[in-house]
Amino acid sequence: MSQFDFPTHPLPCAVPAWHGTVTARQWREAAQGVLAQGGRLIALWGGDQRPHGEDFAVHAAFAMRPGLLWVTLPIQSAFPDLSDLYPAASRMQRAVFDMLGVTAEGARDTRPWLRHAGWARDAHPLRYDFDPSNRTTGGRDDYAFVQVEGDGVHEIPVGPVHAGIIEPGHFRFSALGERVLRLEERLGYTHKGIEKRFERMAVQEGARLAARVSGDSTVAFSWAYSMAAEAAAQVSIPARAAWLRALCLERERVANHLGDLGSIGNDAGLAFGLAQFSRLKEDWLRSNRMAFGHRYLMDAIIPGGMVRDLDRAHASRLALEIQTVDKEVGRLKAIYEDHSGLQDRFINCGKVAPELAANLGLTGLAGRASAQSWDLRVQFAASPYDQLDVRMATHRNGDVAARVIVRFEEIQESLRLLRAILDKLPEGTHCTTLPAVPEGRRGAGWIEGWRGEVLIALETAAQGRIARCHAHDPSWQNWPVLEHAVIGNIVPDFPLINKSFNLSYSGHDL
Amino acid sequence: MYQLLKQIAVVGIKTEAPPQPDEALRALAQRLQERVLAAFDGALTIRHVDAGSCNGCELEIHACNNPYYNLEGLGIRFAASPRHADMLLVTGPVSRHMEVALKRTYDATPDPKLVVAIGDCGCSGGIFGESYASCGRVANVIPVDVAVPGCPPTPYAIMQGILTAISRGTTSE
Repeated sequence: MSQFDFPTHPLPCAVPAWHGTVTARQWREAAQGVLAQGGRLIALWGGDQRPHGEDFAVHAAFAMRPGLLWVTLPIQSAFPDLSDLYPAASRMQRAVFDMLGVTAEGARDTRPWLRHAGWARDAHPLRYDFDPSNRTTGGRDDYAFVQVEGDGVHEIPVGPVHAGIIEPGHFRFSALGERVLRLEERLGYTHKGIEKRFERMAVQEGARLAARVSGDSTVAFSWAYSMAAEAAAQVSIPARAAWLRALCLERERVANHLGDLGSIGNDAGLAFGLAQFSRLKEDWLRSNRMAFGHRYLMDAIIPGGMVRDLDRAHASRLALEIQTVDKEVGRLKAIYEDHSGLQDRFINCGKVAPELAANLGLTGLAGRASAQSWDLRVQFAASPYDQLDVRMATHRNGDVAARVIVRFEEIQESLRLLRAILDKLPEGTHCTTLPAVPEGRRGAGWIEGWRGEVLIALETAAQGRIARCHAHDPSWQNWPVLEHAVIGNIVPDFPLINKSFNLSYSGHDL
Repeated sequence: MYQLLKQIAVVGIKTEAPPQPDEALRALAQRLQERVLAAFDGALTIRHVDAGSCNGCELEIHACNNPYYNLEGLGIRFAASPRHADMLLVTGPVSRHMEVALKRTYDATPDPKLVVAIGDCGCSGGIFGESYASCGRVANVIPVDVAVPGCPPTPYAIMQGILTAISRGTTSE
């Protein structure tokens, strides 16, 4: 971090991480410097420092070659825009304004994002003097969608309630005949005030809330939260706990990929795929319940380690299951690859070229399918991944077919990792007690969830409570890219393209 | 095609026995008359609404359609429009931003209709509670006939809730 002219100090996290306080000029320079080196913006959020006698603050977290860089910029009411450097920053900055009332100077898009009409325009929920039980609504909900004009162009509004069993969000299509000219998303429908809810919770209690930011990524968020809490408490967890966490994370990855491969097949008309994969996923979830007490492993990971240990008998059954699933997935992979009707739908559908993906910051699984080779398990391998040599799955085409191939390969790699984890699982205790965390500590948790990297940035208050906890889902980077992926495709292909990304609404909206 | 058919034959039928109704899940006295329940004959059409959930409950509702639970095999299927629905299956605490959408969906569902709230959040607001962003439990916004607790409830529990809502019960007319 010596390239910057502001001091940074390392954070005691399980992944390499640094923090620095910056001026407005250094905020921009850091952002430019990171970009110049091929780094990325992970998250941008704000905080209210007035209870501490300061004003407001904005924070940004970047991924750099050495690790995570977290910068804090103290401000009065405005901060320099970063969206010209990082397009993903645009919605993050709009959300910062909704929640705190501080503006990104020079930003082109200043429409509200997370706030619809649920609260008044001049009310900012993350301000310390905003009463969380406030019930005043914000009047008319009049979102300024971009108008598209032209001969024969028509508009198709979809949502927030969607045709299937899926989370709510709004998609405004402009179409010419069957082809999509433009898609504009509007999210924020599942905003539940999570960040406000974190405040004043005890650090241990916060784990339960983190586990419910996004149900399908409960393990990733729990681990990231626990990692942040352990960093703030400056405590190390027992080795066995780290290995069991990886076991849970890889099991979560497999479960989601199995479900998605079925749904993606179904969205292209292959009900056989849904039937077979959903059956496999059900077997997998039942094993989770047997071994850890919950089908989705919710609340299995807590600050300090794991809630319960894995006993030998269950571990053997999990090992046997891996062999069966490996063979079954192999068979289904061959059937999918040979199915010409299916491949005809998949290939060239919803394409995101590598160059566009790099410009927009496409990340995670979808990023890897568009040649964006980032995977925290490889690049910043926290224990036990530093002893597992994870092989990243990548593809260049960036279409639905590529996102399907990456999922198949990641299942096979995760099964290989699970075999290795069960083989090498160290003896010892599964949990340690988290000491009371003093005020003014910072901790970060950074985990490669099944969709992509999840970040938890934690700051502590007095009496072991949370001052501020920001939860970042990789869907913030990827949702805007979906708007590009659908252009030129036919409207009926949207469910297929959307499902091939499978982004989080709740994880995004908080 | 051969590989596909072979896989189906080898895997076989996996469907398990469905659950029995449980009166304890009923939140409101049975609102539908017996002759209406008889007309359903145990089958119905459901519209799902995610009013703000974390997506955990959705995963288990999806699982109800997997071969083990096979909800469709009982004659219960999901529809794309509330206008075709007999029942609303609602997940999540109702976020403020989904309040209007949920009410409109409820109003668009023709009578006779039932509402089943799914999950701890649907039953009580869960860890999100009531706040500037959340209206809390589903019953705070629309009438709820059956509420199924769990975080998330298993597919078996969800099916039990659905079957209870269309069962005659001890409190029907």
